[in-house]
Amino acid sequence: MSALVELAGVVHRYPGAPAAAVTVLEDVDLIVEPGAFTGIVGPSGSGKTTLLRLVTGALEPVAGSVARREGLRIGYVPQVETVDWSFPVSVGEVALMGRPPAHRWPWSTPAEKRAVADVLQRLGIPGLERRHIGDLSGGQQQRVFVARALLSGAELLVLDEPTSGVDVRTRHDLLHLLADVNRTDGMAVLLSTHDLNGLAAHLPHLVALNRRVIAAGPPSEVFVPSVLEATFGAPMEVLVHGGLPLVVDGPGSAHPLHTHAHALPPHDLDPTRAERPR
Amino acid sequence: MSGFWEPFGFEFFRNGLTVAVLAGALCGLVGTFVVLRGMSYLGHGLSHAVFGGAALGSVVGVGYYVAAGVWGLASALVIGRVARRGVLRADAVIGVVTTASFAAGVAALSRWGQARRGLDAVLFGSILGVSRADVIAVGIIAVGVVVVVAATYRALLFATFDPEVARAAGARVDRLDDLTMVLLALAVLGTMRVIGAVLVSAALVVPAATTRLLTDRFGPMLVGSTIVGALVGGLGMLASYHLDVPPGAAITLLGAAVFVGATVARSVADSRPNRPQT
Repeated sequence: MSALVELAGVVHRYPGAPAAAVTVLEDVDLIVEPGAFTGIVGPSGSGKTTLLRLVTGALEPVAGSVARREGLRIGYVPQVETVDWSFPVSVGEVALMGRPPAHRWPWSTPAEKRAVADVLQRLGIPGLERRHIGDLSGGQQQRVFVARALLSGAELLVLDEPTSGVDVRTRHDLLHLLADVNRTDGMAVLLSTHDLNGLAAHLPHLVALNRRVIAAGPPSEVFVPSVLEATFGAPMEVLVHGGLPLVVDGPGSAHPLHTHAHALPPHDLDPTRAERPR
Repeated sequence: MSGFWEPFGFEFFRNGLTVAVLAGALCGLVGTFVVLRGMSYLGHGLSHAVFGGAALGSVVGVGYYVAAGVWGLASALVIGRVARRGVLRADAVIGVVTTASFAAGVAALSRWGQARRGLDAVLFGSILGVSRADVIAVGIIAVGVVVVVAATYRALLFATFDPEVARAAGARVDRLDDLTMVLLALAVLGTMRVIGAVLVSAALVVPAATTRLLTDRFGPMLVGSTIVGALVGGLGMLASYHLDVPPGAAITLLGAAVFVGATVARSVADSRPNRPQT
């Protein structure tokens, strides 16, 4: 198969009494091609995390199929709330976790140490190898996990709500970093987010999810009021500001920006542009 | 001073001391994974399961290491497999399997009542109960466990820190979980002769918990816990002889004292501004 991951007709329910079992995903199709940069958007409880866990293999679907390219290595950046930050592990140890050992002994080789130093330098967190992972800021911790994926040779990087709880600057830096990893290393990126304006609007390909796939395509096709309302269950309006789509709640809340709003040019979306001044 | 060295003139003490040091180191090493995975109750339960195997083995005339070993490994793997299915939490499965094993041992002893005196040593530990064959057996177990941990160090660390991410990265987490259970069963098997089934869990937990207080890195914790376990085992055995108390009690009390000392040291270090990285 040429795709990295291919989901076809996937259904997933969490266990419970048959009548009470909650169907989280229903008839979901998703293809992740090499080099893709895809965002999954949807409200809380829409099945985003479940979908990512199906992609990584942490879950098996109740029905349908999930096919991964043979030998596919996936780097996974979980939601920061799910990580045990008190675990006694240094940045260097985390970075090397997914890398096949260079020899049969537990300690890292000088070449591995150099590789860690180089990737930390590249990701903007140099010299932190010996620091405890829990001592870092949220943005730095995410970079360490991205470093782990790079050092493991992952072809697909999966991130679950990477901008949840981070400030604007960290979100901006993370988006640049992911775009760089995608472009320079050819690593496909698949992330979930409910951050429409700060993150999803900058991605080249989106999947709007609410138990089912509501729409998929570039933001120009997904960021339309009918799709957003079907996805989020609330009326939304889409404006264009600085060349990027801007989603606002309901028709009445957009008046202050109406003077700058215009139709969205599809070709104007590029993750490498990251955020523009507003 | 001559009184201090007196026990070294007896072969039974030299055997007991050697096994206490080896078993202490073994428990310290494996205990690191036990503590970080929150499996302390499993260590406690497995010692009871191994007792059941030893008791049944004595009734049917099978040697301790064969009977207790097979029973302990089977119990560990059954607990791991059932708990992984997710219907029952691990502590419930441990409660059922290990107490049933213990009860089977007690029932067999009550019904046929052979070799009871020897099994008291398995319950509470004994210097006299350690033979040259025990030294060799525990030595083989210890070397085997060290080699396995060294060879799988990075994968074990990854699966302990974040099993879901490790699975996504291609690690065979279920096999690593089984491996951890086997290592734990072997550690319990090698330790029970000296410390006794009732106090094995202390040998597993105390060195790792103590070392965790002194370092925030995994590698140093693993090595430090092994050293602390060996020292506490050896010094506890000496104290057992000179104070005329069972070795299990002496080793456990010494370990508890070291843990209290480490707690105080950590509190002092944390109270200082700009605590240096450990």
